[in-house]
Amino acid sequence: MRITRKALLEFGAPALLLVAVCVIGELVSVGTQQDFISALVNATIVIALWVFIGNSGVISFGHISFVALGAFAAGLMTIETIVKPNVMPNLFPFLQHHSIGNVPSLVLAAAIGGLVALVLGAPLMRLSGLSASIATFAVLGITNNVLTYWEKIGPGAQTLSLVPETTGPFQALVGALIALVIAFVYQHSRSGRLLRAAREDPHAARAIGVRIERHRLVAFAISGALAGLAGGLLVHQIGSITTNQVYLDLTFLTLAMLVIGGMSSLWGAVVGAVGVSLLDSFLEHAENGTGVIFFHLKIPSGASLLILGVLMAVALLFRPNGITGGREVSLSSLRLRVGPRRA
Amino acid sequence: MTALQYIIDGIALGSVYALVAVGLALVFGVMRLVNFAHGELITAAAYTLYLTASWPKVFALAMSLLVAVALALLMELVVFRRLRYAPPATALIATFAVAFALEAVWLIAFGPQGKSADVLSSLNQTATHGKLHIRWVTITMVGVGAALLAGTGVLLNRTRIGLEMRAAAADFRAARLLGVRANRVIGTAFVLGGLFAGVVALLLTASQPLVTPTFGLQVTILALVGVVVGGMDRLVSATLGGFAIGFANSLLGDVLPSSQGVFLTSFLYLLVIVVLVLRPGGLFVPGGAAARVERV
Repeated sequence: MRITRKALLEFGAPALLLVAVCVIGELVSVGTQQDFISALVNATIVIALWVFIGNSGVISFGHISFVALGAFAAGLMTIETIVKPNVMPNLFPFLQHHSIGNVPSLVLAAAIGGLVALVLGAPLMRLSGLSASIATFAVLGITNNVLTYWEKIGPGAQTLSLVPETTGPFQALVGALIALVIAFVYQHSRSGRLLRAAREDPHAARAIGVRIERHRLVAFAISGALAGLAGGLLVHQIGSITTNQVYLDLTFLTLAMLVIGGMSSLWGAVVGAVGVSLLDSFLEHAENGTGVIFFHLKIPSGASLLILGVLMAVALLFRPNGITGGREVSLSSLRLRVGPRRA
Repeated sequence: MTALQYIIDGIALGSVYALVAVGLALVFGVMRLVNFAHGELITAAAYTLYLTASWPKVFALAMSLLVAVALALLMELVVFRRLRYAPPATALIATFAVAFALEAVWLIAFGPQGKSADVLSSLNQTATHGKLHIRWVTITMVGVGAALLAGTGVLLNRTRIGLEMRAAAADFRAARLLGVRANRVIGTAFVLGGLFAGVVALLLTASQPLVTPTFGLQVTILALVGVVVGGMDRLVSATLGGFAIGFANSLLGDVLPSSQGVFLTSFLYLLVIVVLVLRPGGLFVPGGAAARVERV
């Protein structure tokens, strides 16, 4: 890949946005800091989603299972060995007697996410359209069910707690940037280009010899690894996790972030994730009462979800291709736009 | 005898899921929209039953059906109508957003704890024949399900609007060029969807009266899985798919040893994956994979 001004801008804009979120996160009070860390962690998840969904055009409902696996693996392996037998007596002895550090646990989370995606993807990537979406959803259902009830590999229905809270704004930024770099490189790789060609016209792509299943599998495995990494960041941010935190709600919310931002561009994925995530946190605070510049804002309890749902629907009605229109940042888009818009 | 018992229970639950599946498939047929918000129609009807518990039963039942139909039309008018030509992913996420917002409404209005809607709980009594125990609600489920499905069949095959709906499902643009009114067929699909959702709410509350904000969502997700496994492009295969997933769910629950019972979801979804990989075009679609269309 040649480094052109265009490529620099396409990578630089989302990277700058992530850095800005981190810098603001370092400056604000400790309570508000969590919102900015969440935005970065969510951005990592959505970038992971984008690697597969954005490039292949297949909607996956299953990526949160890789987030869940990453979160539970990283969390489980960083809890101190002294307390493990007390909180999780049914664990496999091997898991009970070993612990690893923060960075190795993130690497482990990514490795598990990628490996599971690779193994599961081999049969699943033969599917397309809604069949593929539902099959990935089935994966999510199985992951959630097994993590909730198999007490040899985790806390079961209990909360996995006492995980070291090592994800600050800086670690979250590094994680998100790693995801961004990998996503960007994949986007411009041969496999990424062929996959997008197949997204636009599967029959034409097949006719010129593109092996769609193989490229989908590559994208699926990469995005699985990034989702696993995001899970590791997540568990180290909040210090505890339950299986329901990484199930349906997170699936819907992160998919909404991707589509609202604009699912056919990396820029859209980052904008959607940061925007919706910060909005979500803001509305949550508003339920408890929060100051907005000059006046005090308090909304009734439970209203944050309602407002979020309505705003998401409105955003989709007015920008069906996402806030960014599904385009990458370019110099011409910064200037006045002329000519017809791409549908 | 127990085998017969399992089969009867399975058929009953299958009938309920088949009704959810028809609602989903009708809307998908005419506008290619996977409507996750369908479950909220079921929830709305169920909460209406709770609110109207003191009314005479007939009025309470009619009111809950009315609410489901009205909400279905409202969704179409306010949101989905504007997204007819939007990318499929956008429309899909918009149905999430609607479901999300409505769930928040239920949460604010009724709280996270369940409300009891036991209007039809008298149906929970058991009719015993030999070793066979059948709750009346089981018989009602099968009867109502069969009647409504038959009614839908007649509507689609014997009436003008049915013909128009089938035409729209086959090729929406061509149907419009031939004079089929888009709003009319789509509106009818949503009315029928709402009606079936209302009936499903009646049947579900009769067997299990506790209504929570996610009451309808759970059923809808599983029915949707069934619809895709069966074959979403045709109403018959989609309905059979819905029936099959309900039947399989009930049967697995009965035959799994209790120590494995908690893993029922895993077994069910594993089955789903196997079927999808073997027959990606739909389990009940003749010709299977050969006739499939690639779509997002």
